[in-house]
Parts: sequence; C-alpha cells; structure tokens
Amino acid sequence: MDETIRTILAEHGHLPVEVAKIGDEDDLYQAGMTSHASVNVMLALEDEFDVEFPEVMLRKSTFESVAAIRVALGELTGS
Amino acid sequence: MTTSETLGDELTRQAAHIGAKVAGPAAGEVDRDARFPTEAFDALRDAALLSVLVPPELGGRGASVGQVADVVFELGRHCASTAMIYAMHQIQVASLVRHGRSAFFRDYLAELSERQLLLASATTELGVGGDVRTSVCTVERDDAGAVHLEKMAPVISYGEHADGILATARRAPESPPNDQVLVLCQAPGLTLEPISGWDTLGFRGTCSLGFRLVADGGSDHILDDAYADISSRTMLPVSHILWSNVWLGLATSATDKARHFVRTEARKKPGVTPPSALRLAELIAQLQRMEELVRGTAQRYDRQCDDLDTLAGMGFAIAMNSLKVSASTLVVDIVNRAMAICGMAGYREDSPYSLGRILRDAHGAAVMVNNDRINSNTAQMLLIHKDD
Repeated sequence: MDETIRTILAEHGHLPVEVAKIGDEDDLYQAGMTSHASVNVMLALEDEFDVEFPEVMLRKSTFESVAAIRVALGELTGS
Repeated sequence: MTTSETLGDELTRQAAHIGAKVAGPAAGEVDRDARFPTEAFDALRDAALLSVLVPPELGGRGASVGQVADVVFELGRHCASTAMIYAMHQIQVASLVRHGRSAFFRDYLAELSERQLLLASATTELGVGGDVRTSVCTVERDDAGAVHLEKMAPVISYGEHADGILATARRAPESPPNDQVLVLCQAPGLTLEPISGWDTLGFRGTCSLGFRLVADGGSDHILDDAYADISSRTMLPVSHILWSNVWLGLATSATDKARHFVRTEARKKPGVTPPSALRLAELIAQLQRMEELVRGTAQRYDRQCDDLDTLAGMGFAIAMNSLKVSASTLVVDIVNRAMAICGMAGYREDSPYSLGRILRDAHGAAVMVNNDRINSNTAQMLLIHKDD
C-alpha cells in the first residue's frame, strides 16, 4: 500500500522534493503539497483503491502524511 | 435578554451613530481625495470599537464575529472605505485572538485594547500571481533568533496609517512556497517604502498603496499556528463575512435611496402607484436574499467557530467561498436596480439620490480577490467533496 501511496504522491503531489526522501510521518503540506495538488492526490487515491473518502475524511489532517493516508485507506478498505 | 444581545445592541448603536454623524459626512471628501477617513477612526478609537473582538480579560469586549459584522454593516451604509478598513482590521484582530496564544500575543492584544491600535495586512505579494497561499518572501533568522523579513507587496491597505501589519512569509529560506507563517510587523522595526499608488474606481479611502515592506523583530512575533490553519479557520471565513457586510451596507444604502425616491414619486400623484414601485418590489426581493445570505452565514460562523473539525471541512470552505461570490454579485445587481429606479436623480452627482460613489464602491466587491479565482478553488474542491 505504501508504495502505491508514494507513487500517487510522486505523480500528483507536485512536491518540490523526491517522494522517496519523505518520511512516513513527515508533513506533506510543509513539504510543499498545495491544497490544489492534494485534491488530485485524493482523486487518484479514490481511483486506485476503489474507495470514496466521505466528507468527514476530507480534511487536511487525513492527507498530511504517508502514515495518515495509510490509516485513512485502512479504515475504508478494512485492511 | 442575554448579555451577548445587550453588547451587540450597544455596538450597533455606537456604529450607527459614528456612521451617520462622522463617517457619512466625510465620505464624499474621503472618496474624492482618496484619503484615509481620519475622523471616523478617531471616533471608532474613542468608542473603543477597535478592540471589541478582544476577550474582556485582555481589555476588549469579547464580541462575536457576528456582532462585529453588524458594526461593519452600519459603517458600510455611510462610508464604504471606513467600513472596509474596519473590517480588514478586525480580520487581523480575529487572527490574533484565535491563533496568538503565546504570552507575547496576549500582551500585544492587551496593548491593542489599551491604545486602540489599528492593524493592517500584507498577504499579497509580487511574483505569486495573486495566490495568497504562497509566498516568495521568507522569514530569516540571525544567530540570536531575531527575525528579518522583506516583502514586495502590491497592496497594503492603509499601510501608512496602521500601527501594525500582519505579513505572510515562508517559514524559513528552505521552506516551499506554501509553508507559510504570519508575522506581526511593527514600529520601530518596520519600514514601508511606497512602490505604487492607489487611484481606483472605488474604496478610494482605503489608501491601498503598494509597498516594499522591511521588518525586524523577535521570533515571538510569529504566530503560533501555521498560516494554512489561520487562513482556513479564521482569516478566510471572517474576511468573506465582514466584506459581505460592507457590501450589504452599500446595497442597503442604495435601497434606502430608491425607497425614498419611490415614496416621493407616489406623494406627487396620490392614488396612482408609480411604475418605479414595481421595480422597487423586485429590488427588495434581491436585498432580502442578500440579507439572509450574509446574516445567516455570519450566524453560522458564530455557531461553528470553535468546532475545528467543521472548520477544516470542505463543505465549510465551499460555503464561505460561495458567500463571497454571491454577495459581491448581488451588491452590484441591487445598486443597478436602485439606479434604474432613481433614474437621472441617481445618475447625477449633485442630488440626494446620487448613487455614483456607491456604484463605484460596489464594483470593488467582485475584484478584491477575484471571483474567478474563488470559483476555481471551489470547482477544484467539488471534484472530491460529497454533500453527506
């Protein structure tokens, strides 16, 4: 799962740094992900994992790190 | 009646008085000369209205954003520049009250209340394409921890008249453009060098010149929360609520003229309903839409302002964006309708029904943070947002 998340971040996160250099808990917004880019990350995650983030999950905090995204996806996919 | 209602009534009464007796009489000159509404702000300071959002324990009145919105509305009925400056000041105060938790900022808020300090904002910057959520300029720190900041700001409203300026900047030289903090810049560590003038169609008294801002201060001048959170929880919603109340003031003022004009027409021919009365009926329906939208959203914010989960949600951001776009469109529509009713009397500059200044001010609404930019932002969120 982590690898897929990182691939999506690399493709849609428009981060000024290499995704491989971002730690599991590092703040993606502080690393340069804009709110515009984060929406594209959300869309790609929904498509890739065949889930829909409910409104309560559409928060900055849900997508603030690789770890946070993994937890959110875990809740939705039940894994 | 609750204590809160009593405070709201008192603030509204004071604002209505200052609007009618001080800001209104000077509004023509403020507009013509594009000068700061000094007399209105002397009166607002005398009434201690600059610190109403500050908690009572720090010398303020503990007013809600909704109560401040009513003050802005009353001022907006008489002088749009006064109302807009007051609104922009309160947006900064709200940011300090809600996001400046440190001892430094608590002390600063007490000083603001004591001395009735006026705060301005430097969020836009040359080179970011109008996107206030990105900065080129950065906080630089020396070895002793002192903070240095330089910013080319295309507009700082009433910058030369403010006691302090809250400026956005990147957290550190190595930070990406969107990792921003908010920094309090104030004398003696603040210099403003004008780089452009302010000769505009409306809101001329806001004196929104461009400046090269250079500021030095302690590291405690940086607000505790990241600008991203200050913006989404406080600065953006409070801006749209208070600006909308400025525009509601303009729309109400134009409507008052149209009402008066129709009544005067009716008195000339008793028993015959003048054709303009029908236009007035249509105008009143539009004004009601605007009032319900603007006041309803202010009340919603007062209810939700401590619910951080709701404030972080896309539904909230979309609602605040939509308020700005709707209210800024409605104000122009309403003033246009008033113009159609008053006819030549509204078009003239020398009549009691003159609508020229109001119309020019009203057109500022859609361009200050362009509606296209806001709609693009909403459109982006709607790709993922679910209304459930």
